[in-house]
Amino acid sequence: MTAAPGEPILRTEGLVHVYAGETRALDGVDLSVAKGERLAIVGQNGSGKSTLVRHFNGLLRPTEGRVLVDGDDAAGRRVAHLSATVGLAFQDPDRQIFAPTVKAEVAFGPRNLGRRGSELDAAVADALRATGLDRDAGTNPYDLGYSRRKLLALASILAMGTPVVVLDEPTTGQDARGVDRVRQIVGELAARGRTVVAISHDMRFVAETFDRVVVMRDGRIVLDGTPAEAFAETAWPMLASTFLEPPLAARIGARLGLGSTPSDEALLFRMGKRLPTD
Amino acid sequence: MLHLSGASYRYAGYSKEVLHEIDLVLGDGEIVGLVGPNESGKSTLCLVASGLAPASIGGSLRGTLTLDGQPTAGLSTYALAERVVVGFQNPNTQRSGIAATVFEEIALGPMNLGLPVAETVRRTHEAIARLRLEALVRRDPLRLSGGQAQLVGIASLLAMRPRHIILDEPTAQLDPAGTRLVGDALRALAAEGTSLLIAEHKTDLLDGLCTRIIAIDDGRIVLDGPTATIFDDPRLAELGVEAPSRARLSRALADGGFDPSVVGAALAGGVA
Repeated sequence: MTAAPGEPILRTEGLVHVYAGETRALDGVDLSVAKGERLAIVGQNGSGKSTLVRHFNGLLRPTEGRVLVDGDDAAGRRVAHLSATVGLAFQDPDRQIFAPTVKAEVAFGPRNLGRRGSELDAAVADALRATGLDRDAGTNPYDLGYSRRKLLALASILAMGTPVVVLDEPTTGQDARGVDRVRQIVGELAARGRTVVAISHDMRFVAETFDRVVVMRDGRIVLDGTPAEAFAETAWPMLASTFLEPPLAARIGARLGLGSTPSDEALLFRMGKRLPTD
Repeated sequence: MLHLSGASYRYAGYSKEVLHEIDLVLGDGEIVGLVGPNESGKSTLCLVASGLAPASIGGSLRGTLTLDGQPTAGLSTYALAERVVVGFQNPNTQRSGIAATVFEEIALGPMNLGLPVAETVRRTHEAIARLRLEALVRRDPLRLSGGQAQLVGIASLLAMRPRHIILDEPTAQLDPAGTRLVGDALRALAAEGTSLLIAEHKTDLLDGLCTRIIAIDDGRIVLDGPTATIFDDPRLAELGVEAPSRARLSRALADGGFDPSVVGAALAGGVA
């Protein structure tokens, strides 16, 4: 079964997760993610963001509630099966990297999904190009700096061509060009109808890259809307309750009475000027 | 005072140097920000400024590292650790792997310095309080979120109370609240005379924290000056380093013919 555009490709119902002997990391999460959506999940460290996304490919299983992936209850499906639908790039790339070369690392996922020959080569080449790692194909992953190992972890997920791509803190350790690259990759994935879910602490990256922002606190969703809604002045007290601050552009827009201007671009547009060209 | 003089460094097994003729002075109580594009040598400079390269990881260093007037060449890693500590990007690199609880993990540093138990416990509690880690003290260090692990890593360094602290992206995995806590803790240390070098991509953090900014590219220092001067320097963008939001939006507003003073007002206004 494949969800049509706009239909939920990921859905959680009353999702609760309790780590053995510890607090409730997730305390009743109802979330529906439409096909082709770009969704950012924000919130404090320990608010349940990583725990939530690990349910999408079965790495974690609900203590209570249900997870539906592409319409099917994930409970009946193994990680290997779910991974064909949901690709997840970890926060720490070293938890994921193991192959002797960059190319072998990127090829591992699609090969496991049964891709061979020219189809496999094309998937690997596309992923290396998108992440700017084409010239590192023969390099040992551990000879790459942290920022490129992080991009390698992203490339490995892209190459699998999964309908859903989940990125845990994709911009960590990236310089300005690296952040731009990630932003571009998210845009290209969505343009091809793939769904992107990302966890991030970088509110500017979130405001400029995603259609929808979900704010988590203590294992629950406390705010859910477009960047303009999530960073609007009316939402600031809720953001502050979870120690988040809106991007500076939003604060300036509010001060000038321009409404919600979550990105630099929105602010300058509302001010009646275009962004100065770089 | 930490003083690197004419420092050029080559990793073991590599033929080329990756740092070239670095001259760097960290005065007592000074917080210096280190920026540069990915793979410009920031992490290597952190290793060299902390003495870990070459003392612990090998390779070859030309030039000298001097701490409070004392040359470090030939010092053991133990003797170095009493004077300068380094925090890594990835907290998993730093975790001891032998502590059963967060409290023990943080206590390991001062304990290894050979301090009396009472002093070790006092310092551990102090570091825990500074980063508000009280709720985590009994947790297994392996069962922490990325951001929590990073805070525990920084607390471990604070507990050693070194005169010099080198941090490589200390807040990479932290949420804004954790980032603020770390900023406050570092400011307090500097006020007590500790000198700090902080490599970070988050220029918004450095903007409010540092007195001086150094930019490196291809292993060389290319900009060095007061924070406001460097962050307003257009050459920063050419390096691939993003100016902090304050500088970036001030310039964009001024270019659009608007009064940029609203940026400062918005920053001062708070959001709560």
